[in-house]
Amino acid sequence: MKTFALGGVHPEENKLSADKAIETLPLPGKVYVPVSQSLGAPSKVVVEKGAIVKTGQLIAKGESFISANVHSPVSGKVAKIDEVIDASGYKRQAVFIDVEGDEWDESIDRSPEIIREISAGRDTIVRKINEMGVVGLGGATFPSHVKLMVPDGKKAEYLLINGVECEPYLTSDHRLMLERGEEMLIGIQILKKALGVNKAFIGIENNKPDAISHLKTLCIKFEGIEVVPLKVKYPQGGEKQLIKAVVNREVPSGKLPIEVGCVVNNVGTAFAVYEAIQKNKPLIERVVTVTGKSVSKPANFMVRIGTPVSALIDQAGGLPDDTGKVISGGPMMGKALTSLDAPVVKGTSGILIMPENESRRAPQVNCIRCGRCITVCPMGLEPVLLAQLSENQLFERTEKERIMDCIECGSCHYTCPAGRPLLDYLRLGKNKTGILIRNRGKK
Amino acid sequence: MNLLTVSGSPHVHAHQNVKSIMYGVVIAMIPAIFVSVYFFGIDAARVLLISVLACLFFEWVIQKYLIKGPVTINDGSALVTGVLLAFNVPSNLPAWILIVGALVSIGIGKMSFGGLGKNPFNPALVGRVFLLISFPVQMTSWPVPKALFAEGVTDAITGPTTLGVLKEGLDAGKSVQEIMASPNFPGYVNDLMGAQGGSLGEISALALLLGAIYMFSRRIITWHIPTAYIGSAVVFSGILWLIDPTHYIDPLMHLLAGGMILGVFYMATDMVSSPMTPRGQIVFGVGAGLLTILIRVWGAYPEGVSFAILIMNAFTPLINNAFKPKRFGEVVKNG
Repeated sequence: MKTFALGGVHPEENKLSADKAIETLPLPGKVYVPVSQSLGAPSKVVVEKGAIVKTGQLIAKGESFISANVHSPVSGKVAKIDEVIDASGYKRQAVFIDVEGDEWDESIDRSPEIIREISAGRDTIVRKINEMGVVGLGGATFPSHVKLMVPDGKKAEYLLINGVECEPYLTSDHRLMLERGEEMLIGIQILKKALGVNKAFIGIENNKPDAISHLKTLCIKFEGIEVVPLKVKYPQGGEKQLIKAVVNREVPSGKLPIEVGCVVNNVGTAFAVYEAIQKNKPLIERVVTVTGKSVSKPANFMVRIGTPVSALIDQAGGLPDDTGKVISGGPMMGKALTSLDAPVVKGTSGILIMPENESRRAPQVNCIRCGRCITVCPMGLEPVLLAQLSENQLFERTEKERIMDCIECGSCHYTCPAGRPLLDYLRLGKNKTGILIRNRGKK
Repeated sequence: MNLLTVSGSPHVHAHQNVKSIMYGVVIAMIPAIFVSVYFFGIDAARVLLISVLACLFFEWVIQKYLIKGPVTINDGSALVTGVLLAFNVPSNLPAWILIVGALVSIGIGKMSFGGLGKNPFNPALVGRVFLLISFPVQMTSWPVPKALFAEGVTDAITGPTTLGVLKEGLDAGKSVQEIMASPNFPGYVNDLMGAQGGSLGEISALALLLGAIYMFSRRIITWHIPTAYIGSAVVFSGILWLIDPTHYIDPLMHLLAGGMILGVFYMATDMVSSPMTPRGQIVFGVGAGLLTILIRVWGAYPEGVSFAILIMNAFTPLINNAFKPKRFGEVVKNG
């Protein structure tokens, strides 16, 4: 069975909510919709305080090439435009909406019928994906229309669909593949059409045999889509690792997947593309896993963007008494929340509640130079060296040792027997090295 | 509600830590401890106890009164050094010499560089080599254990090790076959089981291999250094043996006699003093294997494992620098 070659770790999977069907979360009373939910420039708010909005109505417009539109996930009245603390703990501009009923914009097709025929042409697809605010739902939230515009001189050969879900605990992509498989496959055909490629691969780790067999059966009806089962290994969901595992190509350092003729999209994104093109529906809701060892009812919810995290936790049986940490995302790359009022955004794949006894880091001791961080690094870097150089602020050398290749998967810190916060130092080093490189470019 | 804990990712951690690694090594050494007590009797237990207690004591004194920092003697690393030092000396070594050895191991070999993780050389080997050079007579007169399954206890006769017998004989102009045919020569089976003269922990290849299997199964050590070490030693000694089997010992005897197995699995693999990258570890192992045979065949000492590992320890920083891991996306091969 295929997997990527270099490094990797095997954290406990703990997929507690894998057999829980997707439930629609009741509408919250209020939503806080951050204006900037994707990589790139923040979008510009186009509604005013007191405005009445419908579900699916544009509320913030992406104005630069790399930015994305934001739509109202609910109907109601704009209470204010203010700052909200997001998952990273930063204050972000957001549109606060008091929910009133659920009146959808008329242009959206809300019927359950699956539309199989793809009538939209290539340019229409790219334009509509942009309009509907579709971004990568795997976590990086890169605006999807940008990925579909292949730069001059490059050619896309393969579309890779990421159904790996290598983060422990998370099951939102897994459930989506099981329950919305056909729509997802239509979304993949749309993406293929936009890119002009004939072949798409769906990479799925073999800890989800039900999803693999389900999609394999569905694929019979679809031309040019192949399901590729992958051996479980973290971080296989990393773009570069997935490409290596599925088509055995290595994206050169500092380059994008298109360099090796590949475009990677998440299964959630493929579903969102289906809804945007076939149903005219903007990206206003997504599947979010709510899970944790002490959570009484782990679940997968279909959630409107902007819903406060606390509403999801309440629906999953409430916040357990022994809660120590609440994480947006998975345990390997997720962000620890400072407040449960943080809203669900387009990139929120799960809410993980960690009990107190698992929340604190192990005490640090001296590095024993075991080299495990080097062995597990999927990018072939030396985290121990990079951490040391970053600590000593030697950013010319961190650049030479290719710190910018780090994908921040956390395998080094995960595996370190001395409990050293290697990734903390690497993040710092990446940041400072990045500044160094940019400043050099200015001169 | 209580405040939430906030920290950077990752939020989960592998279960193995420094302490469990160190105690894992100690567990792996238990079969060899039993074998040493079986063949050398109470003397072996005495040496082990003194060595371990002295190592722990010196680490404690230095951390508490010299460095005035946190005391970390329960992390298991001083315990490992203590057992390894005992494994590297004869069972009749006077207590005071052993204590000097422990002081050199911990004080000079480890703490003077900053303690665990900072020492360039394997502390137990630093102690052993110091003792070997300073007290050559006491360090090279080994009690000869009773033969395997023989009745009675160890007598007081001392004599050279298997390698010592071979070296003496070869120097006296005998052929390897003549030496091995003599009634005093332990032979392959006794070398495997432990019925040979030697340091406490090196006599039984079998017991050491059992412990090594345990360390592999718990992923405390990886295959790189042992395989490269044994491979290069076998190839080098094999070439010599094929050239002239009357002058050079065969590779199997090289492996079973002396401290090869102890050195390969328990000391060359010491994380702190060996290279960090898999490629570097292979270079390290190959170098140590070549040096071991080189010293055994042409050196002044019959045994070369300690020196070989210490010499390669000195090269570790250079190896780390020269043999970087294969970077992702460095060599682009498509298709």
